[in-house]
Amino acid sequence: MLGAARRQLGSGPMLGQVLQRLRPAAATNAARGYSAAAKEMTVRDALNSALDEEMSADPSVFLMGEEVGEYQGAYKITKGLLDKYGPDRVLDTPITEAGFTGIGVGAAYQGLRPVVEFMTFNFSMQAIDHIINSAAKSNYMSAGQISVPIVFRGPNGAAAGVGAQHSQCYAAWYAHVPGLKVLTPYSAEDARGLLKAAIRDPDPVIFLENELLYGESFPVSAEVLDSSFCLPIGKAKIEREGKDVTITAFSKMVGYALQAAEILSKEGISAEVINLRSIRPLDRAAINASVRKTNRLVTVEEGFPQHGVGAEICMSVVEECFEYLDAPVERIAGADVPMPYAANIERMAVPQVDDIVRAAKRACYRAVPMAATA
Amino acid sequence: MAAAALLRRLPASRAPATAFMAARPISDSTASLTIETSVPFTAHLVDPPSRDVTTSPAELMTFFRDMSVMRRMEIAADSLYKAKLIRGFCHLYDGQEAVAVGMEAAITRNDSIITAYRDHCIYLARGGDLVSAFAELMGREAGCSRGKGGSMHFYKKDANFYGGHGIVGAQVPLGCGLAFAQKYKKEDTATFALYGDGAANQGQLFEALNISALWKLPAILVCENNHYGMGTAEWRAAKSPAYYKRGDYVPGLKVDGMDVLAVKQACKFAKDHAVANGPIVLEMDTYRYHGHSMSDPGSTYRTRDEISGVRQERDPIERVRKLIYAYDLATAAELKDMEKEIRKDVDAAIAKAKESSMPDTSELFTNVYKKGFGVESFGPDRKEMRATLP
Repeated sequence: MLGAARRQLGSGPMLGQVLQRLRPAAATNAARGYSAAAKEMTVRDALNSALDEEMSADPSVFLMGEEVGEYQGAYKITKGLLDKYGPDRVLDTPITEAGFTGIGVGAAYQGLRPVVEFMTFNFSMQAIDHIINSAAKSNYMSAGQISVPIVFRGPNGAAAGVGAQHSQCYAAWYAHVPGLKVLTPYSAEDARGLLKAAIRDPDPVIFLENELLYGESFPVSAEVLDSSFCLPIGKAKIEREGKDVTITAFSKMVGYALQAAEILSKEGISAEVINLRSIRPLDRAAINASVRKTNRLVTVEEGFPQHGVGAEICMSVVEECFEYLDAPVERIAGADVPMPYAANIERMAVPQVDDIVRAAKRACYRAVPMAATA
Repeated sequence: MAAAALLRRLPASRAPATAFMAARPISDSTASLTIETSVPFTAHLVDPPSRDVTTSPAELMTFFRDMSVMRRMEIAADSLYKAKLIRGFCHLYDGQEAVAVGMEAAITRNDSIITAYRDHCIYLARGGDLVSAFAELMGREAGCSRGKGGSMHFYKKDANFYGGHGIVGAQVPLGCGLAFAQKYKKEDTATFALYGDGAANQGQLFEALNISALWKLPAILVCENNHYGMGTAEWRAAKSPAYYKRGDYVPGLKVDGMDVLAVKQACKFAKDHAVANGPIVLEMDTYRYHGHSMSDPGSTYRTRDEISGVRQERDPIERVRKLIYAYDLATAAELKDMEKEIRKDVDAAIAKAKESSMPDTSELFTNVYKKGFGVESFGPDRKEMRATLP
C-alpha cells in the first residue's frame, strides 16, 4: 500500500505527508483486525465521491450538463452535489450539446476547470467540433498559451436494448486525436482514481464510463477512499497475472475478460488480463511486456472492429515485439453493424465471455480443453 | 341493432357517406358541424385562422375512437415495460393524442411527418397497426422495423412517416429536407416536423429554419410543448418559452394542443401557408401524463396536483366526449362499449404480437447497406461469425 503511494507520488515532501496520513490509518486498521479491502463501493458512488472531493478541493471545478442538478443526474452520478455546492457550480443546461460544450471549453480557456457531462457519449457527436477543434488542438495551436483543463464524462458504449443511436462506443474515435486524453475506468477504484486524475489534469480528458457498471460494487481499500487518492493517467493495470496468453480489455469488457480467464484456467490456460484504464495515452509498455511474457494476444473491446482500439494494440505489438508473437493476434469486438434492438440479435452484436475464451484458445492453438497441467 | 354493430366494426377513419336517420344512437353523419375552439389562436407575423372549426359527427366519433386507441396502447405499453417485455427506452405519449389525431385529419398521406422518439401514436395516426407497434416494442419480427429499431425507431415510409429519431432535435433539419424534396419534385405537399420544448433550443433548428425560409420550403415546425424537457421545466431551459415566436422572421401560431379541433384547424392553415409561402411554426400547448420515459417517475419535477389538474380540466379525449354528448352523437353507454371494445382490441393485438418470434439471427447483418458490394461483415468473433452484405 505504501509502495503504491510512493509510485504514484514520486519522491519529495508530498510523500512524507501522505505517509504520515497513511500510517495511522494502517495502524488503526491493524488494531481493529480489518482487512485492507473491507469496504465495497459502487462505481456510481465512486464517481460521485470523486466529483465531490475535487469540487471541495478546488473552487474552479464546476459541473455542467443535462439534469445534473435538480434531477440529481440522469444516472444519479451527480446526486447531492447541487445541494452541496449550489447552482453557481452545478449547472443544468438546456438540451443543446453544441452550445454548452462550446461554453465549457471557453470557460476552460479562461482558467476554470469544467466537468461537462454528456448524458451518453452518443450525444457528444453534436458537440464533437468543440471537443476536437476547440479543446484538443488549442494548446498546440497557441504554442502552449491556451491549455484546456476540461473533462468530458458520461456513459459510453452499449447499454441494454437502447438501439442503434444510443449504443456506440467512442473510444477509438476520441483516442485517434492527439491533444485528447481518453480514460476508461472499470472498477470503483478506477472510477475514483481516474476521475480525480482527469479533473486535476491540465488537458482535455474524455472520460468514458459505462451505464451497466454504475451499479456494480467493487472492494475499495482505505487508500482508495482517501481524498488524495489518484491514479496515474496512461498506466494499465494487470488485473490477473498469467503466462499463456495476454487479454487486453477496457471498461465493461474487463469483467468479461476476467470471467473468461477463470474459465480458461480450468482448461489449463493461464491468461493475463490487462485493464487498459487509459486508451490515450495507451500503456504500450505494459502491453508489450506482457506479450513478451505470454507470446499470445487477444484484444477485446465493445466498439466496432474496423479501426478500433484492438487494431492499434495489434500494430503496437507488431512494431515493438513481433518476434515474441507465437500466434496471430486475435481480435474480439462489437459486431460490424448498427446495434439492433431485438434481444436475441443484440446479444449477438456484443462480445460475450464465450467469444473471448474461444479466441484465447485459438491463440494458444488449442481447440479442445486440456486438463490442468502442473 | 345490426346496423349499429356494423358501424362499430368499420375502420374508424372511413365512416360511410350515406345519411342516417336523426334518431340513430351513434352518429356517423358527415353533415357539417361548426364548433369553436377552446381558445383563440395566438399569432406571430400572420393573421390567425378562425376559431370556428368545421367538423362532422362522424369525424368527432373518429377522433374519440382514434385517441382512445392511442391512450389504451400507451397504457398497455407501460404494463409491458414493467413486465420487462419492452426493454431499453420507452417514451409514452398519453395526454398528447390530440396533436397526432388533429394533424392527421388536416392532411393527406402524401404529406410527410417526422418526429422524435415519442413516436408510437404518430405511427398509428399514419395508418400503422397495433400488432406491428407492440411487436416492435417487444423486439419481434412482426414489428414495423422487424424488431431492429425498438420504441424510438418506428417508421412507415409508405405513409410518408419518416420516424422515429433518438437524438434530440435531429428530426427537424431532416424534416426540412423532406420539405425540400417535396418542393423539388413540385408535389404541393408539406412536411410536419415535430419536436419538443426541450429540442426547441437546439441550434440546428434555427439553421434549418433559416434555410427553409430562404428557399421557401413547405416545412411546418411543430413544437409539442409539454412544458418539460425530461426533468427540466421550460422556463429553466428557454429564455423565451414563446416557442411559436422563436422562428423570429418565420410566422407562428400558438394552439391549444389538447383541443383536437384546434389542432386540425391550425395544421390545415399551416399546410396551406407552407405550400404557398414557406415555413411556419406551430406551438402545440400539450401535456404528457407519464414521465419523460419509463425510467422517469415524472413526479420529482412536477406536482401530482398539476398532473391530475390537467387530466381533469384539459384531457383531449374527455373534451371530445363532452362534445359528443353536447351534440347528442352517442350515449354514455355506447362510448363505454366502444372503449371496452378498444381495450379488447389492444389486448388481442398484444397477444398476437407476443406470438411473433424474435428476428431470425441472419437479421443481424441485413440492411446495413442498400448495396453492400458483397463485402464481409463480422460478429464479435470474426472467425466465428461473418456474413456477406449483399
